[in-house]
Amino acid sequence: MKKFIIRRLLISVVLLFFVSMIIYTIMRLMPTSYVETQAMTLAQRPGSKSFQEWVDQLNAQYGLDTGIVQGYFRWLSKAIRLDFGDSWYFNQPVLQKFSSVIWYSFGLGLAAFIIEILIAIPAGIVAARKQYSIADYAITVIALIGISLPSFFFATILKYVFSIRLGWVDLYGIVSRMHETMSDAGKVLDMVKHMVLPTLTLVVVSIGSLMRYTRANMLEVLNSDYIRTARAKGLPENKVINHHAFRNTLIPIVTLLGGSLPGLFGGAMITETLYQIPGIGYTFYQCVTQGDIPFVMFYMVFMAVLILLGNLIADITYALVDPRVRVN
Amino acid sequence: MANENIEKKDMSLDDANRVRVLSPGMMVFKRFIRNKLAIVGIVIIVFMFLFSFVGGLLNPYSQSQVFYTTEQILKDYAGATTIDQYQIYQVDGVKLPSDIYSKTLIAASTKKYVFETRDGSLLGLGNVGEGVYRIFSLEEVNMLLKKNAAYDEAVAAGENFFVDKDGKTYVFQDNGDPMPSVYEATEMGVAAMKSFTTYEKDAKLSYEFYCGALTAVADGEKSFEADGKTYSVDGDVITDGTTEVALVSDVNFNAANAGVFISPAYKEAAMAAIDAGQTSFTFADEDGTEIEYRIENKNGQYTFRRFQETRVIDTYARPSAKHWVGTDANGMDLLARLMYGGRISLLIGFVVIFIEVFIGMIIGGIAGFFGGWVDNLLMRIVDVVYCIPTMPLYLILGSIMDYYQASATTRIYMLCVIMAVIGWVGIARIVRGQILSLREQEFMVAAEATGISTYRRIFKHLIPNVVPQLIVFASMGLGDVILAEATLSFLGLGIKYPAASWGSIINAVNDSYVMSNYVFVWLPAGVFILLTVLAFNFIGDGLRDAFDPKMKR
Repeated sequence: MKKFIIRRLLISVVLLFFVSMIIYTIMRLMPTSYVETQAMTLAQRPGSKSFQEWVDQLNAQYGLDTGIVQGYFRWLSKAIRLDFGDSWYFNQPVLQKFSSVIWYSFGLGLAAFIIEILIAIPAGIVAARKQYSIADYAITVIALIGISLPSFFFATILKYVFSIRLGWVDLYGIVSRMHETMSDAGKVLDMVKHMVLPTLTLVVVSIGSLMRYTRANMLEVLNSDYIRTARAKGLPENKVINHHAFRNTLIPIVTLLGGSLPGLFGGAMITETLYQIPGIGYTFYQCVTQGDIPFVMFYMVFMAVLILLGNLIADITYALVDPRVRVN
Repeated sequence: MANENIEKKDMSLDDANRVRVLSPGMMVFKRFIRNKLAIVGIVIIVFMFLFSFVGGLLNPYSQSQVFYTTEQILKDYAGATTIDQYQIYQVDGVKLPSDIYSKTLIAASTKKYVFETRDGSLLGLGNVGEGVYRIFSLEEVNMLLKKNAAYDEAVAAGENFFVDKDGKTYVFQDNGDPMPSVYEATEMGVAAMKSFTTYEKDAKLSYEFYCGALTAVADGEKSFEADGKTYSVDGDVITDGTTEVALVSDVNFNAANAGVFISPAYKEAAMAAIDAGQTSFTFADEDGTEIEYRIENKNGQYTFRRFQETRVIDTYARPSAKHWVGTDANGMDLLARLMYGGRISLLIGFVVIFIEVFIGMIIGGIAGFFGGWVDNLLMRIVDVVYCIPTMPLYLILGSIMDYYQASATTRIYMLCVIMAVIGWVGIARIVRGQILSLREQEFMVAAEATGISTYRRIFKHLIPNVVPQLIVFASMGLGDVILAEATLSFLGLGIKYPAASWGSIINAVNDSYVMSNYVFVWLPAGVFILLTVLAFNFIGDGLRDAFDPKMKR
């Protein structure tokens, strides 16, 4: 087991090296409009250097004057020491900005994740138990609609109904205008209130796959021999489902959920941007549109790490919950 | 599978018709069309194709045709200002110095009627009365004014000039000295805070007329003579006995648009309304229709505004018989844009999936079939691509295309290529896994034992067994691609104006005014995306169940 994990980790590091190299190359192709805009403003100051001189100086300052390969290794040598530089757009160290926004994303993701599990797994099991019933069809169709719903469209509908027509919540933001004057409990409630629609959006657009996955697995389990045996022994149906079938369904589901845990830190870019939740996704979106290379670079690598971590955790949980895998 | 319409009588066991054997493909098809959701999906997709590709041909409008409409817009018609500067009417052929206006104003208010202008000429004003002044060019003379009847008369009338017996005009200025200084004067013009409007458009008035009229108005006389005619003054209106010639007023009117003639009658009506303190008045135009004018007063400056028919771009028109879904922010027909947008969305979906399947099948096939270090290398490449976060990458590439100002068509091609280059890894994994498991099966061992070529083994025996999964994956992947393209276009980094896509149509909701007031702009496009993606998922689901009946027991 230990050997397996170490081997996977080593492979992950090698993958990460190549992934970050590709990302860095793409980033260098990105227009450095930020540098040019900066140079333009600086050059317009009275008695200032010419535009080109400023561009050269800023490029040197931001480390853009080197070739891509050299630049990559320079970036890498700093990144290994967790120094990702300063965000140009926010004008503060990338990691500082990151730690100030990540918890919004995590909170949003975790809330959606828990609600998703609480709804999707029971619904999937119900659908599988009563295959071809109306409930099964309804759950299948709802799951597919959830998968097919563009998050921006669903968010727009929610905003239209709940913010504009009913006026229950604000259109944008994480806090209301009077936030500062509220009591501590009021502040928390205020934030929770602003998180309702984003959470709902996330839950609806991502619940479908878990629901279908649960249903498919439950169907497979219900058709296996040990369930037939359990029924043949005359066990009550509830016991068959809750003890024999459910536990075995959990094996792939726990694997899936374990694998998606790191994703909670990745932020929901579209949803956060639409509701202007100051999480990591919205921050990233702002940085991309502003050409903030250090932050974008950091976020991309961070996401790659999360994906690798997710795969790793999925594999490890699989080995943990299913003894058959451990033997092999 | 037993077939009902085969007669059941007289069948022996070896009768070929006893059991109708269906080909595997036929069985899949039968299972598929029994799936209601899949049929719904097929119907939706067929509708979408008809709507986008045929509808675009039938629709009379193109996607980038801009529509105009006429609207009643409150526009400035005329402005009026109370005249607070002397209007100077010059004797024909005379050119007065440029600072004459300010000098006149100073001279009139300080009553020092003789002044020198910047260019050194000596000028003077002859006070006619009531703020009307004649302008003279002066020359100092020595003259005794004692016992001069004309002078006495002028002093008695409060004027500062007189016409002497010799026919010359003299101006005198009381400097507080016992004797006023006297100047011989040549008439240059007349100044007053009055303006003239002729009743006839473009009619010219002579200096004599101006001078006479102003004098008459100032002195309150009922008539005056000019150019050999007798004009009578009735209040502000000057008539030449029968017809009205001009209107004198102390308000200056100017039309908001060049070339518009503001008639004296209009001025009279406007003045009357202002005097009465009204905020609007009506006045008949040349055709006799009454038009309402609104008066706005800003520091003594009046503006008259009226509703005018103006040709404007027909933005956000509500759904009507002409535009079934309305128009968007650029005044383009939304139905046409939905149709052309559907073309692009569907086209991108199919092109991307086609490239993805092509790359994925080749890479996955090679990896799975050859195994060993080839497999290892290719799968690591797959891992690397798999690790790249897709949506952020699309965003970055979108902004790169923004920077290089790629045209709308280039963007579409680039988008296809980018999405395919990122998306093929899933297919490669599926194909590899499938081929790995197939390779170990007996029929492949048998195929190898018969000694057929590698090429035939791959393409005749392996690939056909992978196809079902590929089709299922592709039909579900189509939905994902359409979603991703819509999201990207929604964020403004995918398809751009003037090309349309369903995502870029919804982009309008970024303006929350549009979101709250023009639901018809964004709702149809969103519903179309939802339906199309849903339909592809239904079909993919149905196909999977049809190919793999084990799941459906």
